[in-house]
Amino acid sequence: MPDLGPLWLSLELAAITTLILLLLGTPLAWWLARTRSVLKPAIEALTALPLILPPTVIGFYLLILLNPTSPIGYFWLTLTGDTLTFSFAGLVVASVIYSLPFMVQPLQTAFEGVGRAPLEAAASLGASPVDAFFSVAAPLSIRGFLTASILSFAHTIGEFGVVLMVGGSIPGQTRVISIAIFEQVESLQYRDAHILSGGLIAFSFITLLVVYSLNRRFRLHVG
Amino acid sequence: MSDDRLSLQLRSQRGAFDLNLEAEIPLAGITAVFGPSGSGKTSLLRLIAGLDCPDEGRIALGDEVWSDRTRRIFTPAHKRPVGLVFQDARLFAHLSVAGNLEFAQRRAGPEARRFDAETIIEALDLAPLLPRGPASLSGGEAQRVALARALLTQPRLLLLDEPMAGLDHARKAELLPYLDTTLRQLGIPALYVSHSVEEVVRLADGVLAMSHGQCVAMGPVEDVFDRLEIEPLEREFEAGSVLAGKLVSHDERLQLSQVDIGGQMLELPMPTALQPGDTVRLRIRARDVAIATLRPQAISIRNVLDGRIASLTTAEGSPYTDLIVSIGTSQLKARLTRASVEALQLAPGLAVYALVKSASFDRRSG
Repeated sequence: MPDLGPLWLSLELAAITTLILLLLGTPLAWWLARTRSVLKPAIEALTALPLILPPTVIGFYLLILLNPTSPIGYFWLTLTGDTLTFSFAGLVVASVIYSLPFMVQPLQTAFEGVGRAPLEAAASLGASPVDAFFSVAAPLSIRGFLTASILSFAHTIGEFGVVLMVGGSIPGQTRVISIAIFEQVESLQYRDAHILSGGLIAFSFITLLVVYSLNRRFRLHVG
Repeated sequence: MSDDRLSLQLRSQRGAFDLNLEAEIPLAGITAVFGPSGSGKTSLLRLIAGLDCPDEGRIALGDEVWSDRTRRIFTPAHKRPVGLVFQDARLFAHLSVAGNLEFAQRRAGPEARRFDAETIIEALDLAPLLPRGPASLSGGEAQRVALARALLTQPRLLLLDEPMAGLDHARKAELLPYLDTTLRQLGIPALYVSHSVEEVVRLADGVLAMSHGQCVAMGPVEDVFDRLEIEPLEREFEAGSVLAGKLVSHDERLQLSQVDIGGQMLELPMPTALQPGDTVRLRIRARDVAIATLRPQAISIRNVLDGRIASLTTAEGSPYTDLIVSIGTSQLKARLTRASVEALQLAPGLAVYALVKSASFDRRSG
């Protein structure tokens, strides 16, 4: 039986990343869906950038940005006594950036689908903008939230290049499942690689199955 | 009440459209905001509701100022004591009918609960709809829920934006009595946007007539519709008159009722539940009025009124001439071909007989 530590580490990383992305991505997506600012296309392009850049490019710049001699890396080091590069915290930062479009784009689409009409109705009924977001826009976008969360989570699990460059392979810290599988294959431990890889395939399939089933149910009820 | 009028001085430009309006609307009963499509009725309502901000001007309810550009005052929509019923209902799809009503109730202002949920649910017959989802409602049902939802915010002013525009004839006929009785029962002042003469005459006490973003006439329904000679309005709607009269008696056998119009009698079919003694309004379309210079005999039309021609107008290039005939203190419009006018040698001041082919009852008034 292979060491299951990397599996749990991956799940932990994906869960934390998804949570942070929900907090950061929701206001960003909301702004993008409603703004008439001239900055909108630029922000949209910036958000989508991780979709097309090779992970090595992101990894390279993150190394430069986060290493202990950089301002951000130094600040983190004095604050926590730990470096951002080659640490779990650094992986979280990298994953948040890497998976950002997977959270923002489905949410933006969902918010745009809600449109102005229900929000105007909410305002006319005495709901403040924040109230209207939580009581009307968010529930009407529930499928968008579900899709965005699952995609961000799954995409973080599948991350390899950025992790390798920013995190390396420190057991219990940065040795996530994709890195573990890579190393097992390199050292010809095919049996262990099979168990982790096969497990990942099963996990991914079941996750997507749940998403699509839920999606169908929501469509029947809400759409 | 101190806040007995809504005062508006507005200028708002949206692309090529220019809204420029000054009006003091008394807050009593139902005031129709009437005009052709594109005349700025909905824009006006959105400004009053606070969904849009005017370029210039002032909106105040009594001494409470909601919007004033020069003093940089703007009360956002959710803080205005206004209920709004949209043309397309806009019920929340993720909530049941009951949930939609609760949404409004929970956010109602701290003022006295003037309209309680039970009364409204009963008046609008909503009890059987409560557990249902908005998607399963008919257009008329959805508008009843939307009206209840707007009322449950305890508004001081209700705004209705063509609530019947999306409905077919049968649904309109179903919704109209609900609107009429509920608004009157609760006594809430309302602005009712409509481009339908029938709706306005049936529901409204006063009219603010709009054309090209401006107020062109304002006052009681009978006065405005009699004065309303504005060509673009007339062209879009069927020209006609509104006459006030008193219901004198029913003839159960013939299913007819007699209505006294300034001393002369009209006979009309009478299916509705009005009582002798009630004041009624009649709407008579101009093309349902024929003119004779001698009292006709042996003719099926039984409603013949003595009158005198007040004016004749012929639009350029039109085959028709519009006549205004004075019947006592009322005025009746008639549309004849120019050929008839020439053949009968009709002229202002001439005594004539107006033959009314049909007239429709509108709501019991005052």
